[in-house]
Amino acid sequence: MSSTFDQIANIIAETCDIPRDTIKPESHAIDDLGIDSLDFLDIAFAIDKAFGIKMPLEKWTQEVNDGKATTEQYFVLQNLADRIDELVAAKNAAPGA
Amino acid sequence: MDLDYFKLIDRIVDLNLDEKKITVEAQVPAAHTIFEGHFPGFPIMPGVLLTEAMAQSSGWLILGVMKFERMPFLAIVKEAKMRGFVPPGTLLTIEAKLEHEGSGFAVTKAKGRAGKDLKCSAEITFGLAPFPDASMRGYMDAMAAKIGFPLQAITND
Repeated sequence: MSSTFDQIANIIAETCDIPRDTIKPESHAIDDLGIDSLDFLDIAFAIDKAFGIKMPLEKWTQEVNDGKATTEQYFVLQNLADRIDELVAAKNAAPGA
Repeated sequence: MDLDYFKLIDRIVDLNLDEKKITVEAQVPAAHTIFEGHFPGFPIMPGVLLTEAMAQSSGWLILGVMKFERMPFLAIVKEAKMRGFVPPGTLLTIEAKLEHEGSGFAVTKAKGRAGKDLKCSAEITFGLAPFPDASMRGYMDAMAAKIGFPLQAITND
């Protein structure tokens, strides 16, 4: 089974037509890969579907805007993969999961 | 349809919030200047208007699902397919289903039919934002009443 990062990278490559080999764990989705907010909607949809989660994009955006978090925490791909792993773990730990 | 005002949906036939589906009717007018140019002697509904009709149908569904707390704005149209000509006077039945409700966005799939004939389909993504102002919200409430939006569906939980 491929890693969370690999799954995200494949989604980004397919959704944004970015060569897969240029997408690294340390890549910043916005600053390095040039993904804009509209493309990120597509990516979020694909990630939500693939992992059965709902990424809290609005909460993350608010935290960045409020200075409580940096974009790197959510948009550097390895960090994004970690956040997704946390969301999947929380979903699996929830009652009725 | 009131093409001049871009009001493409005439009435909501069914809104099922449990299944997150909506069915609406849209009567293509028998005559309009659009048909004089699109096309002379061969009038058909432009595909962009069919796409907009699917988007508006989806929008009412999302408004219902979100209980009018957010306004959906068209962001992405994928796999838009115009499967057959839609001449003036056609009664379209459009169905939309919510495929995904994300954080700040929603995705629907919509289909438009004339009778049993599938005429158009698309996957549509919307950004969700607060109503820009109370006036806009009031306008949408008035539109909802006009097209028969079943307000009880979002108040009787």
